[in-house]
Amino acid sequence: MYRIRFHGRGGQGMKTASRILGTAFFLECFEVQDAPRYGAERRGAPIFSYVRASRSPINERGVITNPDLIVVADDSLIPIPAAGVLQGITDNTTLLINGHDDANTWKHRLNINCKVLILPVTEEVEDRAELPFVGSACVGAAARLIGVITEENLVEAVNDEISSLGADLIKQNIDQATQAFELMAKHEGLVKESTSKTPLDYEQPEWINIPFENASISAPTIHAAATSVEVRTGLWRTLRPVINYDRCKNCWWVCSTICPDSAISVNEKSEPVIDYDHCKGCMICVARCAPHAIETIPEQLAQEKEKQTA
Amino acid sequence: MTRKLLTGNGAAAWGARLANVDYVPAFPITPQTEIIETIAAWSDAGEIPARMVTLESEHSMITAAGAAAATGVRVFTATSSQGLLYGMEMVYTVAGWRVPLVMVNVSRGVAAPLTLESDHNDIMAARDSGFLQIHCSTCQEVLDSVLIAYRLAEDKNVRLPVIVNLDGFYLSYTREPVEIPEPEAIRKFLPAFDTKNSKFRASTPTSQAVAVLGGSPYSYFRYETHLAAMQAIDVYGDIAKTFSQQFGRNYPAIEAYRCEDAEIVYVMIGSFSTKAREAVDQLRQTGTAVGLVRPRLLRPFPTKELQKVTAGKQGIAVIDQNISMGKGGVLHTEVASALYGKSNAPKILTSFIGGLGGRDISAEEFYEMVKVTKQAINDGVTPEPRLLYTRDEYREMQKLQAIAHVEREELETTQ
Repeated sequence: MYRIRFHGRGGQGMKTASRILGTAFFLECFEVQDAPRYGAERRGAPIFSYVRASRSPINERGVITNPDLIVVADDSLIPIPAAGVLQGITDNTTLLINGHDDANTWKHRLNINCKVLILPVTEEVEDRAELPFVGSACVGAAARLIGVITEENLVEAVNDEISSLGADLIKQNIDQATQAFELMAKHEGLVKESTSKTPLDYEQPEWINIPFENASISAPTIHAAATSVEVRTGLWRTLRPVINYDRCKNCWWVCSTICPDSAISVNEKSEPVIDYDHCKGCMICVARCAPHAIETIPEQLAQEKEKQTA
Repeated sequence: MTRKLLTGNGAAAWGARLANVDYVPAFPITPQTEIIETIAAWSDAGEIPARMVTLESEHSMITAAGAAAATGVRVFTATSSQGLLYGMEMVYTVAGWRVPLVMVNVSRGVAAPLTLESDHNDIMAARDSGFLQIHCSTCQEVLDSVLIAYRLAEDKNVRLPVIVNLDGFYLSYTREPVEIPEPEAIRKFLPAFDTKNSKFRASTPTSQAVAVLGGSPYSYFRYETHLAAMQAIDVYGDIAKTFSQQFGRNYPAIEAYRCEDAEIVYVMIGSFSTKAREAVDQLRQTGTAVGLVRPRLLRPFPTKELQKVTAGKQGIAVIDQNISMGKGGVLHTEVASALYGKSNAPKILTSFIGGLGGRDISAEEFYEMVKVTKQAINDGVTPEPRLLYTRDEYREMQKLQAIAHVEREELETTQ
């Protein structure tokens, strides 16, 4: 059975990617399972989807914990533990990253020995949640790495899954998919099917009798205050609002009041300050600031600049 | 100590009064309304300190009860049937909050068709919620069970809400002599709720009942609730013992009446079990060795005690005042699962469904159930489950249907 997992951000088309690959397998007469898994159903938040394909009926269900191929549409997700990009990775897994850095850099950075391939980013956009056609490019590359899907069926699968988008967009998606398919020609068939765990070699589950713990411990209660601060929802951000204090009129209440995440506070000098740990990049403040004192810059760019200055 | 005539509803209200409850969220429903009317009258006259609030629904009522209990105040509430079902989302939810409160349910059949009379399908719907359940057979037991329920709910190893169940009409509106304990004696048995672990206050923010994503933490919280309910078996035993020592009335988790040398035992819950008790006495006089097993605790289910009191018997006749559509009696299923595979469990387990919607169960029917069970023991074959329903009843039903048919025909001809 082939087991493939796609990781991206809400808006990058990971659900569609898994469906295109699922359909492509199906057209090759495979039995198929594909499904998305949502957490926070919001643009920019981590999302993943997965595809199983086999020549015989599939009985496995749920999240793939032993992937043969992991496809990462957005490399900024890899360091986020909650995104679970590397979950279940072994030396037999292939990791395909859509990004700028080369394979060895990632191997070194992640301290992994598996095969790492790079799908070079062809186009950079301001809002990475809108990265165009990244899903289709990922599928095209994945299809070639798997090596059992023809270009013809890849194109038909793209057609099937995005037929409602109109001829222009379909064509662009197909172009992206086939280009990535060509790009991976020399790695055709790199990803191999893996077997299922058998009763002969399985690792015994370490079942325990969980101890009784009284309600002061085991009730679903959080005794500390304001623990939601610990959740860095700023990691969801693909665009960053930046205040231009030269233009800010210090009215202070518009942006700080309107921010749906209470991520803008006002300091003792009556200046608004954005808490980037929790700003999700919704850009409502940008739209509502009367003197246009809040600018939008791509998060990726902002982080690169920060690295350079650091 | 006063002995006076009280209805089951009056006894429930007295239980709340003696428990010195702080807060009573309420919503009226027959046959429970008398409980809140009684408490309201006391509250109005300044006889009790409790704050009483009428809510707009049972859903809100149970939410208010759970939220108040989370702050550490002692909460009492009551409902019945449709009301319990309407609040069912919050029945499960507040149990998950792990807050102690006592709710009286006055059992009544559930719609449709609508009825007001007693039946256990309402309380069975709450069976898997995390609320513990105490089932009563007399008005005295109602009062005493409310007091026991508070100690059980508030025990640090339990911390779960408790439902005290009594049957509509047969107990709720029926007066019996009830001994009302002295408040001083109750203060000794049931001191004020120790709120040490209830830190839910406006000034010190905590998050109660947080959401979890993922089956693993969810499993932990759910299973710990189950483990707490299981703890409640021993905790209940200790409380009942203390109660018995102090007040002389004994309420074991399972009442076993004349079971020692019995060959056949009835198993049933609720107020109709006193009828079974009477049948036991009558059958004993004619030389039939019969006993009665009455679980007072339905959750947690006293599995070990049931195994013990039924060990070595030849047959069990389970009488269910409820019906799980497409399966049968719920208590019968519970008893079967508790005894299956036990080497000394009775071979014959007969199932009778009776008393639905308050339909009476006659003495003759109790005798007949023993006869059927005895026959099954002799034949070695368990009969099909039986609904207690006579030819006369069916004839009356057909008469009603005839009327309905006539009306239907008249409607058809006029159209």
